[in-house]
Amino acid sequence: MSEKEVKNLEAIFDARIARDEKIEPKDWMPEKYRQTHIRQISQHAHSEIVGMLPEGNWITRAPSLKRKVALLAKIQDEAGHGLYLYSACETLGVSREELYEQLHSGKAKYSSIFNYPTLTWADMGAIGWLVDGAAIINQVPLCSTSFGPYARAMVRVCKEESFHQRQGFQIMMTLAEGTPEQKEMAQDALNRWWWPALMMLGPLDAESVHTEQSMKWKLKRKSNDDLRQQFVDQTVPQAKMIGLTIPDPDLKWNEEKQSYDFGEMNWDEFWQVVKGHGPCNKERISARVNAWEKGKWVRDAAMAYAEKQANKEVKQAI
Amino acid sequence: MNNNLIQYIYGIADNSLILGQRLGELCGHGPSLETDIAMTNISLDLFGQVRSYFQYAAKLIGGDATEDTIAFLRKEREYKNVLLVEQPNQDFAYSIARQFLFDVYHLLVLEELQNSKDETLSAIAKKSIKEVSYHTRFSSDWIRRLGDGTEESHNRIQTAINDLWIFTDELFHQTDADKAMVTEGIGVDVTLLKSNYFKKVNEILEEATLQIPTIEYFQKGGKQGIHSEHMGYLLAQMQYMQLAYPNMNW
Repeated sequence: MSEKEVKNLEAIFDARIARDEKIEPKDWMPEKYRQTHIRQISQHAHSEIVGMLPEGNWITRAPSLKRKVALLAKIQDEAGHGLYLYSACETLGVSREELYEQLHSGKAKYSSIFNYPTLTWADMGAIGWLVDGAAIINQVPLCSTSFGPYARAMVRVCKEESFHQRQGFQIMMTLAEGTPEQKEMAQDALNRWWWPALMMLGPLDAESVHTEQSMKWKLKRKSNDDLRQQFVDQTVPQAKMIGLTIPDPDLKWNEEKQSYDFGEMNWDEFWQVVKGHGPCNKERISARVNAWEKGKWVRDAAMAYAEKQANKEVKQAI
Repeated sequence: MNNNLIQYIYGIADNSLILGQRLGELCGHGPSLETDIAMTNISLDLFGQVRSYFQYAAKLIGGDATEDTIAFLRKEREYKNVLLVEQPNQDFAYSIARQFLFDVYHLLVLEELQNSKDETLSAIAKKSIKEVSYHTRFSSDWIRRLGDGTEESHNRIQTAINDLWIFTDELFHQTDADKAMVTEGIGVDVTLLKSNYFKKVNEILEEATLQIPTIEYFQKGGKQGIHSEHMGYLLAQMQYMQLAYPNMNW
């Protein structure tokens, strides 16, 4: 293809996105668009799968049958999100095995929040309320992103995440209304998860490398700082409602801008965790690698069996 | 209060409770995303069934009893599950073998229990049959895959079946409460299910090119509340919150 032809295709492609048309897997797309989407969708899928681990940590210890069932269902939803996000990613010409390999080798990232430990039952509430809450703010705009399979997957993901968020809040509310011990457990969880949740919305705009191009492709519709502000404004009244205190001495209502001012995040900690040195980075990856390696003989058996069955069918047909 | 009926419910529901707990340990660590989802789903079904049984038992017991006091606050000797379901997840082959050997039994029990004179138990059985039919299909398919897959998978699943076979005989033992409930037309006479059980199990094992174990000595005790050493650790995790923070709402 000549340079001129490529330019022409790019112009048509840009115009389609500008008209809010969906790009489908078989459509022509610039290589950079493909690579960016593989990176972002797989990162999202990996986050769902790694995110199962900190919550899975409490399945066997959930305090009631009702909570146990709800937690199992929530984690199963996350596995489901992982499944269709990997599938969406595969439509871009990369296999699930390759994507796993990138996760296991550390080449691909996942949401840093899952490198924090879940230490008490209240962390199940805090994750639902804050982590899923921040995830929804990140993800709702993606329901109208330009790449069709991703946008469609996100519609379902967001519905389920919104349910998880309410469920998490309900856990926190029950604790906050409970005994002093339970309330203390809830406050402690909020103290530990608040700042990592704010950091989930990404680096400051001034330091974000992908924003401009992603805006153009509608992979991003609001800047990190705007999303963070939205999260703070939405969450602070919820904390107040259940009598918990946001662990930020600088948090203050700003009458003029009609939103909250909040304190500076600890970016050294953010980058430390992103670079692989958080409290649980090693455990999370080794849990994934371990599951994959220990499962190899199972996957091999399934393939071998499927082949034998296919051969039998061929023989019968002959 | 019909103590025999309550004990009978424990005998059935504790199997689902303890197996559900074992499956819950695997969540996030499966050999593939699809099997992970399936086994979490089975755990979820089993806990759902447990809730129905224990809500009913709590009503029969009365007072402060709830599904949670029954699930979490009994002593080890008061849990009446069979030894099979408390066996640990040594590898995928053990988890599948345990599931398969239980599912075939579970389905046979439920198919009879739906005819129980006790309307609540009959209703729970009817609802559970749909779920347990799926569990049986899932575990049977994996027995076939592993048995007739690779040499390694064949050996692993054969070892798991051999090791767990010693727990199959207990499935057909009856406690005094079981016998009383059979007489009243409420309970299932499990002794009558035995030949059909082994017929079904053996069929699948043969399809999977596996040997049917031939052993003379079996283990028992779970139905009387005498468990294996594994049980205490399982309960320690399961009961942790209820014991550390008693009498609270969650």
